Amino acid sequence: MATTAETSARIRKSFRPSWVDIFLWAIRIGAILVIALGLIGSIRNFAAGRGLTATQWRDLLTAALSQGAMYGLLALGYSMVYGVLGFINFAHGEVFMSGAMVGFIAANWLFEAGVWDANPILSLVVVLLVAMVTSTLVAILVERVAYRKLRNAPRLIPLITSIGVSFFIQYTFASLFGVAVRTYPQAPEMFRGSLNIGGFRMPWASVLVIIVAILSMIGLWYFVTRTKAGQAMRAVAEDKEIAALMGIDVDRTIVTVFAVGGAMAGVAALMWALLFRGVNFFTGFLPGIKAFTSAVLGGIGNLVGAMGGGVLLGLFEGVGPLLILGGLGVPGVSQLKDVVAFTALVLVLVFRPSGLFGERLGSEDRV
Amino acid sequence: MTAVTVDTPAGSNADRIDVRRMLRYGGLAGLTLVFVAANGMLETFNNRLLIRPILSLGYLLVLAIPFVMGYIVGRRVEVEGIETEPRTAADVVMAIVSGLVAGLIAALFAALVDAFPGLRGTFPRLSPLMVQLLTFDFGVGAGFVVLPGIAAVVGAVGVSVHWLSEGLRKALGVGALTTVIAAIFESVVKDVFDWFSALPRFLYAPAGSLKVVSAIVVFVVAAAASLFLRGRKVPGLGGLTSRDAGERRRSSLIAAAAILVVTIVLPMLLGGVLNELLTNVGLFMLMGLGLNIVVGYAGLLDLGYVAFFAVGAYTMALLTSPLSSLPFQLNWWQAFPIVLIMAALAGLFIGTPVIRMRGDYLAIVTLGFGEIIRYLFLSDWLSPYFGGAQGVRRIPGIPFAGDEIGGSDITTFVYFTLFFVAIAAYVSWRLQDSRIGRAWAAIREDEDIAEAVGVDTVQAKLLAFVTGAVLASFAGALFAAKVGTVFAHSFEIIVSIIILVVVIVGGMGNIAGVAVGALVLIGVLGGPNQPGLLQEFGEYKLLVYGALLVFMMLQKPEGLLPSARRARELHQEEYLQDAWLDKEGRFVGSEQEA
Repeated sequence: MATTAETSARIRKSFRPSWVDIFLWAIRIGAILVIALGLIGSIRNFAAGRGLTATQWRDLLTAALSQGAMYGLLALGYSMVYGVLGFINFAHGEVFMSGAMVGFIAANWLFEAGVWDANPILSLVVVLLVAMVTSTLVAILVERVAYRKLRNAPRLIPLITSIGVSFFIQYTFASLFGVAVRTYPQAPEMFRGSLNIGGFRMPWASVLVIIVAILSMIGLWYFVTRTKAGQAMRAVAEDKEIAALMGIDVDRTIVTVFAVGGAMAGVAALMWALLFRGVNFFTGFLPGIKAFTSAVLGGIGNLVGAMGGGVLLGLFEGVGPLLILGGLGVPGVSQLKDVVAFTALVLVLVFRPSGLFGERLGSEDRV
Repeated sequence: MTAVTVDTPAGSNADRIDVRRMLRYGGLAGLTLVFVAANGMLETFNNRLLIRPILSLGYLLVLAIPFVMGYIVGRRVEVEGIETEPRTAADVVMAIVSGLVAGLIAALFAALVDAFPGLRGTFPRLSPLMVQLLTFDFGVGAGFVVLPGIAAVVGAVGVSVHWLSEGLRKALGVGALTTVIAAIFESVVKDVFDWFSALPRFLYAPAGSLKVVSAIVVFVVAAAASLFLRGRKVPGLGGLTSRDAGERRRSSLIAAAAILVVTIVLPMLLGGVLNELLTNVGLFMLMGLGLNIVVGYAGLLDLGYVAFFAVGAYTMALLTSPLSSLPFQLNWWQAFPIVLIMAALAGLFIGTPVIRMRGDYLAIVTLGFGEIIRYLFLSDWLSPYFGGAQGVRRIPGIPFAGDEIGGSDITTFVYFTLFFVAIAAYVSWRLQDSRIGRAWAAIREDEDIAEAVGVDTVQAKLLAFVTGAVLASFAGALFAAKVGTVFAHSFEIIVSIIILVVVIVGGMGNIAGVAVGALVLIGVLGGPNQPGLLQEFGEYKLLVYGALLVFMMLQKPEGLLPSARRARELHQEEYLQDAWLDKEGRFVGSEQEA
C-alpha cells in the first residue's frame, strides 16, 4: 500500500507539486531553520560562557547515551514484531513496565534481606532474571490471548487490540500494586560512584547500562543469525506461508519472537531501574512510544537499526531540548523534553518512515 | 479465549470427558476469581447493593465467573453441515469439575492471603475483609468446601443453559438483564417517576437498591414480555430491520421522533446530578460522532482525537474569559464560529502531513500530535497565552434569554448539549451516503482502487479530518462553558482512547451505535474524569475499557450495533470461507488448534 501510494505521489510530483507537498516542504524547512537557529544560539551562548559548561554537556551526553541504549533494547521488540507480524505492538511498553514492577519486588525483598549491599552483583543478576522472566511471560501471554487469533485480520485490528491490551495491563498493575511510584533501593555501594577513563568520568550506572546493552545485542545477534530458531524467525518474517511449507512451526516461531522481545524489554527494565529507580503502572507508556520511534528511525524490521535508532533518539532527546530550544531562548526547557521526543516521532514518521538504515519487512508487509 | 476446539463429530467420543478442557477452563475461572479479589474489585463492588439484602455488585461478579465458565465449557462450535454431538451428562460433569477446580484455586488464594499478612506491603488490596468476602463469610478453612461447592453448582447452572430452548434462554437472559438494569438505574427511575412515586417505592427498599420481591417481579415481567414479543413485530419499530426500504424509513422516522420526545422530556424529569451525567454523555456522543467520521467512515485511526477537543475548549476559553491573554472578549455565540474555524485549521494542520501515511503509522503520529498539543498547553513557555498548569479560568456560560448558562444551570445546559448532538447526528447521517461519504467508504475498503476510479483521496481524507475536528470542537466549546476552567489535564491521551472505545463498542460507522456506546459506557461506567451511574467503577474503569477493547476486537469487531457494510468488511474472510465450505461441503477450521 505504502509503496504504491509513494509511487503515485512521485508520479504526481513530477507533474506539479500539490499543496500537500508544499505544506510538507514548509514543515521541513521550518524544522531545519529551528534546529539551525537553535544550534547557532547555543554555540553563541557557549562562547559567551552562558548556559551549561563543558562538563555539564558531557554529563548530559553520557546520560543520553545510556538512555538511548535502553530505548534501543526496547525498540528491538517493536521491530521484531513488526517485521514478523506487520503490526505495532502498542503493549510492548507495558511488557517492559511489568518487568520493572516485578523486578522492584525482587529488589526490595533482596534489600530487606540484606543481600542487596552484601552481594551486589548477585542481586543485580537476580533482579535482571526476575524482570526478564516476567516480561517474557507477559509478552507470550499477550500473544497467546490477544494476537494469535488476529493473524490475518486487517492491519488496524491488531493495533487497536494492542492498545486495549496496553491499558488493561497498565490498570491491572495499578489495581494490584496501587498507583504510587515505587522506588528501587539505592544502587549497591560499589555502583554509586563514577568510572574514570583517562579523565572522562562516567557514572557507574551508565557504564553498566551500556555494557549490558552491548552484551544483549551480541547475544541477540548470535541468536538471530547463528541458531536454528533465529533462522526460522527470519524465514517467517520473510514469508509466513512459505516458511510453513518448509516445515517451520510458524506459531512456535512467533512465540519465540515475542519471548525474545520480552526478554530484551526485561533487560531494559533493569536499565530503567539503574537509571531512574522510580516505577509505577504508567512507567511503560512514554518509553514505549519513544522506543517505537527509535524502531522506525532505525528502519522497522532492522535489528541493528533499532539499536542505532534508540541511541540516536536518546541523544536527540537528551541533548536536543537544551541545545535547540535553549539556544532559541525558550524557558522551562526540561518540561518540553517529551515535546521534543514526540516532535521527533512525528518528523521521523512523516519524512522518513522507512528509517535511516532501511526497512526489512516480509514480502506481504512491503506492499 | 481462543480455545475454540472443534469437537470431532465421531460418535464414539461423545461421552468422553475432556480432562484438559476441564482443567483449563476451571483454572482460567479460578485465576479470574483471584484477579478480581486481588485487585480489590470484589471489595469495592461489594459496597454497591443491587438487591437488598442478598446480592451486591461484587458477588454478582464473583458468581458470574463460574457461570460463564460453565456456559463456555458446554459450548460447541456449530459448523454448518456438521451435526454437533448430542449433549450428555458428560457436559454437566465437566462443568462441575471445572467449578471445583476454580473454587479450589480461589480458596487456596484466600488461605494464602490469610497466612501471609505481609503480602499487603506489596499488594495493598489483599485485606482481611477481602478474604472474608471471598470465602462467603465462612472463614478460610470452610472456604475449601464452600467455594468449590458454590462454583460447581453455578457452573452446572451455566452449562444447563444449553439445554433450554432458544426462546426460553433469551427470555431468561432478558429477565436477568432487566433486573440488573433496574438496579443500576435506580437513581434515574426515582427521578423520572417522581410524579408517580408508587413505582419507585414498590421497586426499591428505603435504603436503596431493589427489594427481593420487586426483583423477582421485574425478572418475571421482563421474561414474560420477551416470550410474548418473540416472533411478533413491535408496532412501528418492527420495520427497522426490514428489507423493504420504505418500511425501514418509516420505522426510522418513528424511532427518531420517539428519541426526540424522550430527549426533550427526560432532562425536565431528571435532577441536577443526572443531568450532569447526561451532559457528559452528550459531550462524548459528540466526540464519538466526530471520531466515527474519521475512523468509522474514512477508516483513519486517529489516536490523538482529543487534540481537537482541546483546541475547541482552549479557543473558546481564550476568546470568552476575562482573564485571557487576548485584548478583547467575545460572548459564547460570537466566539463559536471562530472556534469552528480554528478546529478546522487544526484538522488541516494535523491531517496534511499524515495524509499519505500507512494506516498504523498514521495512528501513532496523531497520538504524537495529541500529546504535543497537550504539553504545549501545559508548558511554562506558552503559559502567558494558555495559562500553563493553571489553565484558563472564569470562562462565562452561554448567553441565552438574558442569562448565562454554565455548569451551574445544568438542567438548561443539557439542552444545548443535546441540540449539538442532534446537529452532529444529522450531519453524520447526511454525509453517510453522500458523494463524499461514498468516497470515504471506498478509501476505507481499498485506497488504491479508490484512487484508480477517480476519488480524490487527499481531499476526501482531509475533509474527514476537518469534519471530525469540527464536531470535536463543538464538544470543546460546550465543555469550556460548562466547567468554567480549562486546563491541560482534561485532555490526556486516555480521553482519545475512551472515545475510541465508545465508537468501537457501539459499532464503527453507525450513528445509533455511537449513541448507544456513549450511553452505556459513559453513562454507566463513566468518562475519564466523570463518574457514571456505577460510581464504584471509578478506578477500574480503564481496566474495563481496555479489556472491552480487546474483547470486542476478538469477538465482535463490528460493535454492538454494527453498520451493515462495516460488518461485511470485517468478516470478509469468513464469508469467503463459507463460500468455500458450500462448494466442498466440509469444514477446514482456521481456528483449529495445533
